[in-house]
Amino acid sequence: MSPRDVVITGIGLLSTLGEGTDAHWNALAAGVTAATADSTRFAPFTIHPAPAIEWGNQIPKRGDQRQMETWQRLGTYAAGLALDDAGFQDRETWGADMDMVIAAGGGERDVAVDDTILDAARTRNDRGVLLNEKLTTELRPTLFLAQLSNLLAGNISIVHKVTGSSRTFMGEEGAGISAVDTAAARIRSGQSTRVLVGGAYNAEHPDMLMGYELGGFLHRGALRPLWQREGAEGGGVAVGSGAAFLVLESRDSAESRGRTPYAMLGPVVSGRARRSRGELPSALADLAARTASPAEDLLVVSGASGAHEATKAEKDFLGSFPGNAVRGFSGVTGHLKEAQFPFAIGLAALAVSRNAAFPPLDAENERELTGVPSAALVTTVGYARGEGMVLVTEVD
Amino acid sequence: MPNLLDHLGRPVVAVTGIGLVTSLGKGKEANWEALTAGRSGIHAITRFPVDHLATRISGMVDFLPSSELGATALTYELAETAAGEAITESGLPLEDFDGPLFLAAPPVELDWSARFFLNTRGEGEKGTERLLDAANATGSDELFATTQFGTVADRLSDRFGATGLPITLSTACASGATAIQLGVEAIRRGEAKRALAIGADGSATAEALIRFSLLSALSTNNDVPEKASKPFSKDRDGFVLAEGGAALVLESLESALERGATVIGILRGCGEKADDFHRTRSKPDGSPAIAAVRAALQDAGLAPQQISYINAHGTSTPENDKMEHLSLSTVFGEHLRGIPISSNKSMIGHTLSAAGAIEAAVSLLTMRHGVIPPTINYDNPDPAIDLDVVPNKSREAEVKTVLSNSFGFGGQNTCLVMAREPS
Repeated sequence: MSPRDVVITGIGLLSTLGEGTDAHWNALAAGVTAATADSTRFAPFTIHPAPAIEWGNQIPKRGDQRQMETWQRLGTYAAGLALDDAGFQDRETWGADMDMVIAAGGGERDVAVDDTILDAARTRNDRGVLLNEKLTTELRPTLFLAQLSNLLAGNISIVHKVTGSSRTFMGEEGAGISAVDTAAARIRSGQSTRVLVGGAYNAEHPDMLMGYELGGFLHRGALRPLWQREGAEGGGVAVGSGAAFLVLESRDSAESRGRTPYAMLGPVVSGRARRSRGELPSALADLAARTASPAEDLLVVSGASGAHEATKAEKDFLGSFPGNAVRGFSGVTGHLKEAQFPFAIGLAALAVSRNAAFPPLDAENERELTGVPSAALVTTVGYARGEGMVLVTEVD
Repeated sequence: MPNLLDHLGRPVVAVTGIGLVTSLGKGKEANWEALTAGRSGIHAITRFPVDHLATRISGMVDFLPSSELGATALTYELAETAAGEAITESGLPLEDFDGPLFLAAPPVELDWSARFFLNTRGEGEKGTERLLDAANATGSDELFATTQFGTVADRLSDRFGATGLPITLSTACASGATAIQLGVEAIRRGEAKRALAIGADGSATAEALIRFSLLSALSTNNDVPEKASKPFSKDRDGFVLAEGGAALVLESLESALERGATVIGILRGCGEKADDFHRTRSKPDGSPAIAAVRAALQDAGLAPQQISYINAHGTSTPENDKMEHLSLSTVFGEHLRGIPISSNKSMIGHTLSAAGAIEAAVSLLTMRHGVIPPTINYDNPDPAIDLDVVPNKSREAEVKTVLSNSFGFGGQNTCLVMAREPS
């Protein structure tokens, strides 16, 4: 036990299952299915859309809302949920000393403008000139900022007054893993006392689907449970809109504020297996060993994406342990990309703090947990690259 | 024997290798020669048509094999070129760096050339539908790679044998400084003996130019390109978009001395502070920039009067230069007039994600050579900005310490303090 142990005192979750910790827990505990999944809007692909959100609850100024594209709004909203959940309603007081590490993508382009250009390009050869002509006249000047990666952090500073250090990491799931890792390392070394960490992803945009489909990663046709997509048409991933933010804090700081943390973070372990050389299975074993997880009857909150190669490797690995109760939440939320690892940690922390595992999401491949979870292993294996794990435990 | 621990008991971080590539040329030598000669790398845009564009000049890097191959390919080559030079100088094995990688790089989007390619190959009523339809059938691994934010760092890790999961980051115009800061922090926490910090940006596409133009951020002084970037001048009218890359090999002083490496300089302090005022403008009282400068000085254990030279953010926008002056006046007070301060961007332009790293590299060279590169195009001083900007001609000076500022869109401010020698 150390005063600089990293504890979780705030969780902000946003997905197709709803907003906030209770909505997510209740849905999962009730045995939620992928009923909200939408297989027609971007057919043949399936997406898990965002729930109805009253943006003004966390982003009071309409002017601020207008300055953000959807992923920034999702993130700024979930960041607010996490801050409220941690007891930081008085933003002006707490924000100045709070650090922030964001995992971000970006690039939500103006679809209407792009469609106009692409249509015109079918009958014109001077495409460079066409681009200049259309972009200089059609682009909304502030759109650039609304789609820019580091402006999720910028908006959180503006809306929620978080103005300690501000870093934005990019790089799909790996960015989320590194964000949590860096935040935890700062707290353990005494550099930070409180860090807001998280990410957001909007699935409901053609460019956001392109980022997977150019690599053939999207599942096609009727949706299947997460662990049963191998052999189906397409690449296995169904994406979801959502966001996850955590307030990480030193044990000392949480105690001094009289807050009871949800859970504690063990060492965040991560790597970059060279998958083309077949390194992934051994890399997963190596990472898991470094988390110091119990060997049996372990709750595993898996961020598996559904992507065939990565998901098979993870399934094989996790299945080799007796009594493991795996929960692949992407089957009901969709893959949340940069937010995947923080989201998984949020669910694991809820399970540990509520002394309960939610029921299997795929009865053919996930078991009931024997006993109550005093710890939960969180995994995130990137659909294309990057892997990370952390053991979330009860606060002793 | 120098102290191996700093004033806060943390490992001292040394720089043992520097790599640099900008529109001024490839490598430290070419850049240093141009910077001290007061030569500009800003030139007319030839990479794409400039019809309808208000700004037709830039500091693009047009001489690399990847210069015409899109943002991801060029960003990679800029990073690879700089890192290769830095690692070679450090004396470490080029393909077995054996430390973590921190990369400041621009956000990625599928290039327009790829969109046009897919547009003719997919079915669908709308263009974006056609793209998605064609993506899987005609998309190549290489096209996929250009849409992944982790691609460049992944390839750099393979190329140089960096360890662990590399970090790609963006703090807008402060990114390059943040990459260095992350490396410094990893070494101070004892997580690594050395780290590779790179800032690279090859994303000066037509759309990027138009986006900044629509925000009224760019200079439109097209007629004489090399005169367009004029930080601290009364008639400054915006920054000049540019490309470049820089890399630093950071190493604990202990590890550097142990293996007999040449210590080029010391990364003494890093400071940062976010702004909550506005997406593109800084808080009118300059308090976030002031806090970032003070945090860097405090982290370095130096008083303001112990800084010999300031490498300015100095973008040449009306807003930045005014606010930078205000912030520095507040921190340095009466000492400010005695401290030379110059802007490398007067010659290189604004390399965005790379700028903080490039300017840290130039700061280290400034101390090593005892020559301060000038602020060129300083023909019409802004009377409201009373600074010794080292106007137009480089100056010999003993520079023991440097403060380098980076202030970003989105309110992300990072400052670095470097020293010539360990203490």
